[in-house]
Amino acid sequence: MLRRATTRILSHRRHCSTAEALKVTAADDLFMAAWKRTMPNLDPPKTPLSFLQPRPSTASAASIPSKMTINLVSSCSSGLSNKQAHMVIVPATTGQMGILPGHVASISELKPGLLSIYEGNEVTKYFISSGFAFVHSNSVADIIAAEAVPIEQVDPSSVQKGLAEFTQKLSTASTDLEKAEAQIGLDVLSALNSSLSG
Amino acid sequence: MASNAAVPFWRAAGMTYITYSNLCANLVSQCLKEPYRSEALNREKVHFSVSKWVDGKPEKPTTRSDTPE
Repeated sequence: MLRRATTRILSHRRHCSTAEALKVTAADDLFMAAWKRTMPNLDPPKTPLSFLQPRPSTASAASIPSKMTINLVSSCSSGLSNKQAHMVIVPATTGQMGILPGHVASISELKPGLLSIYEGNEVTKYFISSGFAFVHSNSVADIIAAEAVPIEQVDPSSVQKGLAEFTQKLSTASTDLEKAEAQIGLDVLSALNSSLSG
Repeated sequence: MASNAAVPFWRAAGMTYITYSNLCANLVSQCLKEPYRSEALNREKVHFSVSKWVDGKPEKPTTRSDTPE
């Protein structure tokens, strides 16, 4: 029981404690108290609330943090979790969008393209197949994508082969759907191509 | 309020966003180096059997699988 108490205190210090965090532990404590009353000999189970990591408050509009927190999630893995960075450039449908700490809260749909994360002097690049980017007013950016692969894992020869194949498919396409599929193929592959070189 | 901007070409052709997104993801997976390519393609493999129900009784099930039996 003391072990659980210490972990809870530590998790409070890690993130700024706000009213939301206090509400979370209050609900948890009620459950714990009820459990101990009915089953004092069994260890209480971990509730979903105890797994919840409180996020920085969104109400602190006065202070702009120096770095932003980036979460990159794809369908198969959580690529990045709470990564600190100075700037991130996302491939939004309206063009390459740069996000700095203190960016206004926004939701953008992403098109296939390159996601670059700038941390000091290093750049980490991921190719995003499509997805959404949520920027919150506390400089936390959540980027979710169906596929997010580090650019080093892309094979240039397959990209060239695919480009030739889809250019040919576009010219022979008859129905609207086939044309759309061929056009999508071309969009994705030309984005891959330019990310490899750019 | 004014209507939204012009629909994307794939939606005009009758494709939904999920189909579009999955198509893009498959295209990207096919352009990866080994072993990432086989890992990505393995993730999408399915294997299940479906049986339709008619008049309260199940019909013979059909199996859909990526691995040939």
